[in-house]
Amino acid sequence: MLVNPVKRAYLALESWFNISFGTEWNPLYHLGTLSFFLFWVILVSGIYLFIPFHGSLAGAHASVEYITHDQWYAAGIMRSLHRYASDAVIITVLLHMFKEIASGRYRGFRWFSWVTGIPNLWMIVTIGITGYWLVWDQLAQYIAIGSARLMDALPIFSGAMTRNFVSGEMTDRFFILIEFLHLLGQPMLLVFMLWLHVKRLSNVDINPPRGLAMGTFIALLALSLIKPAISHAPANLSTMPQVLNIDWFYLNIYPLLEYWPEANIWILTTGLTFLLMMLPWLIPKKDGPIAVVDLDHCNGCGICFDDCPFDAITVQARTDGARFDQEVIVNPELCGACGICAGSCPASNPFRTSGGVLKTGIDMPQLPVDEMRTLTRETIAAMDGDIKILVFGCEHGLNVKRLDSDDTRSVRLICSGMLPPTLVEYALKQGADGVMVTGCRQNDCYFRFGNRWIKNRFEGKRKPILRGRANRNRIRLHGAAETDQKEIEKDLSDFRTQLTRLNQAAESASDGTG
Amino acid sequence: MAEINNKPIRYLLQAINYSVFMGLIWYFATAPSVQLLAEDEAVITIAFAHAGEIREPCRKLSSEELAKLAPNMRKPEACPRERSAVTIETLLDGMPLYSASLPPAGLFGDGGVDVYYSKKIPAGEHQLTLKMNDSVRIKGFNHRLEQQIKIEPAQILLVDFDPRHGFMIREGLN
Repeated sequence: MLVNPVKRAYLALESWFNISFGTEWNPLYHLGTLSFFLFWVILVSGIYLFIPFHGSLAGAHASVEYITHDQWYAAGIMRSLHRYASDAVIITVLLHMFKEIASGRYRGFRWFSWVTGIPNLWMIVTIGITGYWLVWDQLAQYIAIGSARLMDALPIFSGAMTRNFVSGEMTDRFFILIEFLHLLGQPMLLVFMLWLHVKRLSNVDINPPRGLAMGTFIALLALSLIKPAISHAPANLSTMPQVLNIDWFYLNIYPLLEYWPEANIWILTTGLTFLLMMLPWLIPKKDGPIAVVDLDHCNGCGICFDDCPFDAITVQARTDGARFDQEVIVNPELCGACGICAGSCPASNPFRTSGGVLKTGIDMPQLPVDEMRTLTRETIAAMDGDIKILVFGCEHGLNVKRLDSDDTRSVRLICSGMLPPTLVEYALKQGADGVMVTGCRQNDCYFRFGNRWIKNRFEGKRKPILRGRANRNRIRLHGAAETDQKEIEKDLSDFRTQLTRLNQAAESASDGTG
Repeated sequence: MAEINNKPIRYLLQAINYSVFMGLIWYFATAPSVQLLAEDEAVITIAFAHAGEIREPCRKLSSEELAKLAPNMRKPEACPRERSAVTIETLLDGMPLYSASLPPAGLFGDGGVDVYYSKKIPAGEHQLTLKMNDSVRIKGFNHRLEQQIKIEPAQILLVDFDPRHGFMIREGLN
């Protein structure tokens, strides 16, 4: 499979960051929020820079020189922060794309977020280009002429724009238009596009963990002090600069103009963009059947609405005349078929109907809660070792079937978040000595919140909670990706030892009392 | 591998990660540099907007043709809008530099033509020959300029055109 080496590379990078940052601060788990934080840095520094900046052809370069040299200690640092935070955004956005491709989170029901995300990269790049334009130095002249050549290659401009920058007739009006685009037009469009990008998600967070934000800011500040951003010589339309130090994060297209016709560059960029946008259909993935609501067992409590990561559940007024005020409905367009809602439904309690079929308020046709209960019971019954360990795992982390042994058996779920906490209690009651729950690496769930919700439920922080009577010493959580078999086997071995001790202690206590 | 709980070591590793992150920005924010021109190179740019002549002159309509028109449309003359293509040929030191035949813009072929061409040339003295035809009713080139030019390294020499003055060479703009 093509994706395997890519995913392996991503998981290796993720592992390294987990070692040094921990799962709470791992930057790869916060690429979106980190990008938002960098936007805040860009916005605040940009507002500061706007005060001394002179928005005219004659005054722009001189005012930027004042900012850079005369007031280096304040505006100069702001300028460097503005530039380097902008560069950092390109890295975080590219890593964000890489992560989603590597982990397959771009297709199926996620197509909308993917398709609306790709143009954002271009939006960010074009904001950066107009920003460089405003300095009106030789680099600005280079990108102004390059941009005009690219625009003129389109049928709508047909050669009129480039002449603005060679005939010496460029006016402040054009410059002010660029200023307006950079300060207002493009950022407003980006905000709209970002809103669209996260439209199909719930519980959207835009702030990274404080420690990660502080670390990033300190690093940017250090770079700003060590290597302040500077300008080239003022623009001069009668000469061409011989050498330019360009920002490759934003201006990488322009050197191609030296070698390729403008049309080819359009074909390359639009073709690449189109190809990326089409990825969900070029490498398609069929989602499983969506969640189904059973109003006979739904009291409209809304816990599934709170837990759904994809905003697919809506609470509405009751339609079946039952005594409850509300009911939930599932939007099939948005449902990711993760099953987290089934795990969150209080009716998914295996103790409810010990003999008959277990019906719940919201369930997954491909793995109903009743089947999960049956699998749990039968899997435990099939074990005959001294210790019986039941492992619940998800389809997107480590394949838990690889952990099966004489004393260990596994049940695969769609997502660890679909596990009702009461099913863990049920497993212990059915004779399991211990229950291990594994899913994706902690804080990085394929379905966004599955492993976070289950952890919170076990810790009593989120409904439905794991009840106090469940022996926590016999329950273990371990997030693991496909490449983490050694780590989870080691943890399983520790767990086995712990369970043996617990069993011995229980036997001693039993002998003592008997 | 499990995360490290020893805070100093953890912060040290984080500092290494931030350094790599900032190192990437440090380098690619300004490097590698782009060489646009060699030490002894200059640029010649041909850039102007010009509308070719109307292809056909106005002609008087016959009384039969006028009678076919609605009363409010009976103008005595019919003036076709379509313009001629602009054909340009440029030689530098007798060698072809740029030649093109540019059709008029617009759905009805009645618009102007925007010419833009830019090329690096060796700095120094050159013989520049400019020829242009902007009328289908004239054979050969009806606008010409032949001139000895001197261009400094990194200089942009601009060739402009104005219907009243013909070709103009502008060697310094600011």
